[in-house]
Amino acid sequence: MLAFLIRRISQSAVVLLVMSLLVFVGVFYIGNPIDILIAPDATPAEYARAVHELGLDKPLWEQYTIFLKGALHGDFGNSFVYNEPALKVILDRLPATLELAFTAMFIAVIFGIPLGMVAGMKANHWIGRNIMRFSILGFSLPTFWVGLMLIIIFSVHLNWLPSGGRGETVMLLGIPVSFLTLGGLAHLILPATNLALFKTSLAIRLTRAGVQENMQMDYVKFARAKGLSETRVIGLHVMKNIMIPVVTVLGMEFGSLIAFAVVTETIFAWPGMGKLVIDSIGVLDRPIIVAYLLITVTMFIIINLIVDILYSILDPRVRLGQER
Amino acid sequence: MAEHTQETLAQAPAVHDESLFLQAVKEFFENRVAAIGLVILIAMIAVALFAPYIAPQNPYDLMSIDIMDGKLAPGSKSFDESVTYWIGTDSQGRDMLSSILYGLRISLGVGVVSTIIALIIGAIIGLWAAYIGGKTDTVIMRIVDLQLSFPAILVALILLAILGKGVDKIILALILVQWAYYARAIRSNVLVERGKEYVEAAKCLALPQRRIMFSHVLPNCTPELIVISTVKVASAIALEATLSFLGLGMPITEPSLGLLISNGFKYLQSGYYWISFYPGVALLVLIVSINLVGDRLRDVLNPRLKR
Repeated sequence: MLAFLIRRISQSAVVLLVMSLLVFVGVFYIGNPIDILIAPDATPAEYARAVHELGLDKPLWEQYTIFLKGALHGDFGNSFVYNEPALKVILDRLPATLELAFTAMFIAVIFGIPLGMVAGMKANHWIGRNIMRFSILGFSLPTFWVGLMLIIIFSVHLNWLPSGGRGETVMLLGIPVSFLTLGGLAHLILPATNLALFKTSLAIRLTRAGVQENMQMDYVKFARAKGLSETRVIGLHVMKNIMIPVVTVLGMEFGSLIAFAVVTETIFAWPGMGKLVIDSIGVLDRPIIVAYLLITVTMFIIINLIVDILYSILDPRVRLGQER
Repeated sequence: MAEHTQETLAQAPAVHDESLFLQAVKEFFENRVAAIGLVILIAMIAVALFAPYIAPQNPYDLMSIDIMDGKLAPGSKSFDESVTYWIGTDSQGRDMLSSILYGLRISLGVGVVSTIIALIIGAIIGLWAAYIGGKTDTVIMRIVDLQLSFPAILVALILLAILGKGVDKIILALILVQWAYYARAIRSNVLVERGKEYVEAAKCLALPQRRIMFSHVLPNCTPELIVISTVKVASAIALEATLSFLGLGMPITEPSLGLLISNGFKYLQSGYYWISFYPGVALLVLIVSINLVGDRLRDVLNPRLKR
């Protein structure tokens, strides 16, 4: 276990280093951010001063070393647009993205698992078939298209829910959240549903497969023979056994929710870090782009590591660090 | 599954065998929904290919566009009463139907080209890894696993943030997103095939390894590759549309379906729903029909489902 941890962490460090170099060099070459940030009628002296202030006149390797040193201390440089530390700008928007992602995951679990159980028990019934059709649609529809439809239906046509923004927020333990106010909740429903659709389909499939597999097992026959009610057999005994894979896979998918939030946030103008990075790519706000990519990659690596460790704890059959 | 009587396609030595091919075709059409999907898909490919001849208007030709016709509702006549815009016009007065036909061309083209190139690259790398084995194999598969542990959209986002906009860049991004998937699929396939008797027979004939790999093992992996790549074309198209929608993909001069949707998005709140709704419908029909065909192909060609 310890050897595994050490190997995985050092591997992750290498990945991060390579990624940081790639992203930094790549973003450095896309274009000169100064042209966008400075007024076109600026004098050459003003121009030179701005270039110097931003440190853009130094050679690439020196900029990278400065950047790397800073990054290790959590300093990704100041955003060109907001003129604040990039990390702070991103972390200010992190709660909004996390709230959206957690709500989406909540929706996926609340709807996906029960629907998957029904689909698994009534595989040949029309209910089961329609649930599976829904999940196929959920898999194949592009997220942004569904978001668009939600806006057309629920905000433009029916005028029930707002189409963008975060609404009122209240402070919960020092973090602004939307879900505790009525206005905030109204703003949260559409984007969270949109983001949840793909994961709901996934949860349905996983649960259905698990139910179908477990229904054949001896312990189910035994529980039935014992005279337990069907609700108890399914709700307690089968449920317990299918939860491990479902929870693990969904946990692993949490990272991708944060990545996909980029799309949902852009559609619904949700002020999270996904929308921030899309806006930043548009204006070539280099520190923000680099910081966002590195933070997201780091989050991913950490999530994958945690899931691997949890999996070995939950399921003793899995041994870490062994080649399959 | 219903199809358990047939001999399997992939296990048969010659994939191009006439009768087996006909059997597969017949089996494909047994499923009504998949058949409809195939017809729609062929129709969409045809209209995309012949867009310049059938589109009522050339949306790139500024001479044929009248700004006075901007944002007309579906079914309305043009300013000079000469043409009818069946599904409306966009803010510049371009006929939406024509824009969609041209956009379909770009979306399909980008999706298919990137998938084919990714397939070739992935197949070569996967085959190579399985063929050499040892350290090279481990290193390649580590890279593949690492890349696949990140969602496609994040990988594409990193690449496009680095590369910038453009058709060539989005194709490159889609290739880089997809190759790992094919490399893994073909490698596992090759490892299975390598243990089979026909490979042993070929070895007994003292054929060179390379020839066994490319002309014996590879053809036997093709049915599976066809299936995977069909479904992957749909996801490539969806990813391209998503990236273009975010403003990271196609340049404004080459509007794919995703970019058309994005252009109309601004006007959605003002009630001009058709500017992004109809390109969205076209995208949806395209993706769903490809998926229907792909799913059916998997059922027909996959030997594992026939027991």
